[in-house]
Amino acid sequence: MLDNYLFLGLAGFYLVGAVSALVFNKKDALCSYISFLSASAGALLGFVFSLSVIFGDSFHFILNEGQIPEFGIFVDKLSAFFILVISISVFAVSIFSTGYVKEYFGKKNIGYLCFLYNIFILSMILVICANNAIMFLIAWELMSVISFFLVVYEHEKIETRKAGFIYIVMTHIGTGFIIISFLIFAGTSGSFSFETFHAAGSTMTPFLKDIAFLFAFIGFGTKAGIVPFHIWLPYAHPAAPGNVSALMSGVMIKTAIFMLIRISFDFLGAGQSWWGYIVLMMGTISAILGILYAVVEPDMKRMLAFSSIENVGIILIGLGASMIFLASDKPILSAIAMIAALYHLLNHSVFKGLLFMGAGSILYSTHTKNIEKLGGLIKRMPVSAILILIGVLSISAMPPFSGFVSEWLTFQSLLLTFNLDSNFAIIILSISAAVLALTGALAAYCFLKFFGMVFLALPRSENAQHAKEVNIPMLAGMGFFALLSIMLGILPVFVLPVLDRIASSFIGTAGQSFSFGTFGTISIPSSGGISISTPGLLAILLILMLIPAIILFINKRSMPVYETWGCGQPVSTARNEYSAIAFSKPVQVWFKGLYRPAREMEVTYSSRYLKESFKFKSGIEQVFEKNLYIPVVDFVMDISRKAKVIQTGSIHAYLGYIFGILVILFMFVISGGS
Amino acid sequence: MILQLVFQIFLIIVLAPLLSGFIKKVKSFFQIRKGPGILQPYYDLLKLIKKDSVVSNNVSWIFHAAPIISFVAVLAAGLLIPVYITQLPLGFAGDLIAVIYLFALARFFTALASLDAGSSFGGMGGSREMFIAALVEPALMLSIFAVALNVGSTNLGFISRTVSGMGIDAMSPYQILAFVALFIIAIAETGRIPIDNPATHLELTMIHEAMILEYSGRQLAIVELGAMIKQLLIFSLLANIFFPWGIASQGAGVSALVLALLVYMIKILVIGISMAVVETSTAKWRLFRLPELLSISLMLSFLAIVSFIIVKGG
Repeated sequence: MLDNYLFLGLAGFYLVGAVSALVFNKKDALCSYISFLSASAGALLGFVFSLSVIFGDSFHFILNEGQIPEFGIFVDKLSAFFILVISISVFAVSIFSTGYVKEYFGKKNIGYLCFLYNIFILSMILVICANNAIMFLIAWELMSVISFFLVVYEHEKIETRKAGFIYIVMTHIGTGFIIISFLIFAGTSGSFSFETFHAAGSTMTPFLKDIAFLFAFIGFGTKAGIVPFHIWLPYAHPAAPGNVSALMSGVMIKTAIFMLIRISFDFLGAGQSWWGYIVLMMGTISAILGILYAVVEPDMKRMLAFSSIENVGIILIGLGASMIFLASDKPILSAIAMIAALYHLLNHSVFKGLLFMGAGSILYSTHTKNIEKLGGLIKRMPVSAILILIGVLSISAMPPFSGFVSEWLTFQSLLLTFNLDSNFAIIILSISAAVLALTGALAAYCFLKFFGMVFLALPRSENAQHAKEVNIPMLAGMGFFALLSIMLGILPVFVLPVLDRIASSFIGTAGQSFSFGTFGTISIPSSGGISISTPGLLAILLILMLIPAIILFINKRSMPVYETWGCGQPVSTARNEYSAIAFSKPVQVWFKGLYRPAREMEVTYSSRYLKESFKFKSGIEQVFEKNLYIPVVDFVMDISRKAKVIQTGSIHAYLGYIFGILVILFMFVISGGS
Repeated sequence: MILQLVFQIFLIIVLAPLLSGFIKKVKSFFQIRKGPGILQPYYDLLKLIKKDSVVSNNVSWIFHAAPIISFVAVLAAGLLIPVYITQLPLGFAGDLIAVIYLFALARFFTALASLDAGSSFGGMGGSREMFIAALVEPALMLSIFAVALNVGSTNLGFISRTVSGMGIDAMSPYQILAFVALFIIAIAETGRIPIDNPATHLELTMIHEAMILEYSGRQLAIVELGAMIKQLLIFSLLANIFFPWGIASQGAGVSALVLALLVYMIKILVIGISMAVVETSTAKWRLFRLPELLSISLMLSFLAIVSFIIVKGG
């Protein structure tokens, strides 16, 4: 009963937020405060609601009892987990937004933004809760369209409009695949209710199962940003306002992962091990390609978007391993891999949200997204710098921050393959682990470059020179996530049992995948005493701090300050700093087959020896766009051009076409429909 | 327990400069020169600790915090790696993967500090260091997999115990292949020829030295000591994963412990000599040839996994 009120309350708060945004449309400040605070209140209720479902019973609520189809809300432990992830993100991002939208005051329509923001969150919640394919598709479409409007919020920029176009086209191609998959289910079950889909999963022929799985994987994979369906993501996420990109990258792409889990585990019972291999391999490819493009990207929001592709890849590696284990009838191992995936999903929504908000803050105070034009911000934005550093350390999987725990779990679940009899599995999962290791190292490379170029040394432009610390609500939003990143890193002891409860609810284990010892030692009983304890690790780190501190500060004298060494020349200017492109150059040379870098140099001389100006332009090629999408687009355009021949524009011709069709149809009917 | 912890820290800190001095001495022997005494690294560190640190006027707190964080991360890894005894008081706190990530944490902060002074040298060093780390990582993870597949755990104490319990049977093809792969990785991780030259200050070739160019005095002492400890720990990993024989186990008497300590030191010195041989017999490779060297390591570790499958009769 309490759950009823909680759910109505959370939906109500988002609706209030949306409506009040329209009502107070004229007053920018008032509108944004009411609307975003209402959203964060909704998030708090969502948090309580999801915990009550995780620790209690599933929640079921029918809107139109007795009618067909029955529309309703269905929340089990899996959906509750995703509502939890959404609520945590929405809470932090909403607080951040109250400060961030000041940027748009007087320039843009705030009421419109706040309205879309609230409806967007509500549509994500509905996607998670839908009990019926029709209702799901309505919510899914609502989510896609609203997020499209949010992406094109700054529609006066041409690249934003282009981003919006690519996004809306790709997302609808994805939806097309999803609809086909649902139709296959409905063909067997005879109804659109998810409950009957679940029942149909066991009666479907293997061939139909395969097809339904593949279509769902492509459809939801497009939304999740799996390579090669990812091309919209690096356009759409950077184009949206900072707070919205935090939600899109942190949460929206996770709704696709939710449905993938729902369909492959709940409906289809992870039947075939080759499904798992496909998910694992696509995840591995997404992880490595995502981070490779992120490393060389100078636009920080685009870089974060590419890194989202990478992290979705890591989540899919866990998911794929889980499917392989379940298909080989090892439910406990499957639960461990699933927990790794869910843990990384939670972590990613936290640190990616933090970093997108951080990028928003940098944009807010410097008005540039280009890493090459920043620098020295650590002295101008000291608090943001620390918060973003925590995000950077988490995403680079540095102990004892959150990313480390989930990457460690992912490695361990890949290592559990030695429990399988299949040699193929051992080889594939080892290769995947090697690629994951490379991905992790490149992620550290990428985010080290990001932090170093943006915050350290001297500012590289006027904008960076005059940057100021952002306002308190923005810092508070980021601070909440930074705190959470640390807690998820040092207190996995409290997170893992919850995730275990969720994973075991649909994998069917007893929920004892991990055992816990003193100091929060975590061990995996099904393998030979592999253990970890990040709280313990943290304590060691803190105590050991004393040693270098004593050496450094005993008998402390002055620290003379002098110029940076420049081989005896006074060269302490930003022009002499290492640039971002130079920093990532080794990777670009190493993977030149992928990047196909192109560069242009233009030198003009004022005399024979004196250079007057020097222009340098370099760029890399987007392989998938060039080799996969552009040929398809060209082909479609070509067909359309040829089809234009029949579009004469003359009414007689069209009447002729109609007559011709009618004659054919008559003949069809007369011949008895055969 | 506390005593054992303190002793392990003490041992690591004291042995690390000795190992560096020893390798230098062996190298000078092969180069037919006298070279500095074995104790020279201690004198250098003491001298540096007495001196002031000159810092650049561009730097932020990152520059001051980085040596401490890097040093502590390396030292913490030292508490997870079995040195002369398999049972570590804090061995439960992390496994082999945690050790690698602690080294990564140390590297991360050193490279971050290299960008802080705004010098081109620093950026160059940081970029190359992270590049080599990325090259090393896949081979490293595959060799860990090869070891862990064999033993069934990534817990270092457990690996040492199991392998030493196997006796000579542990010398299987996959173990040897994984050892060679990890040896190449150890060259990269300790910054030795042909990957990096620890003795150079030539801007075109230096990697680690370029990163720490702005450090001086006491801060430099911490950075140098950290690098020496990391070298010792990587050698200890090699020794105690692949040749853990002679390592003491829980409840060993004092004489057994002393013996184990001696055996450990001999193992480390033997690895040090082989490192010195590799260093004197090769020239430094060009940066963009390094992917070739490390893909050899990657292939070896992959072969280790394949041969594991074959030997175990899959």
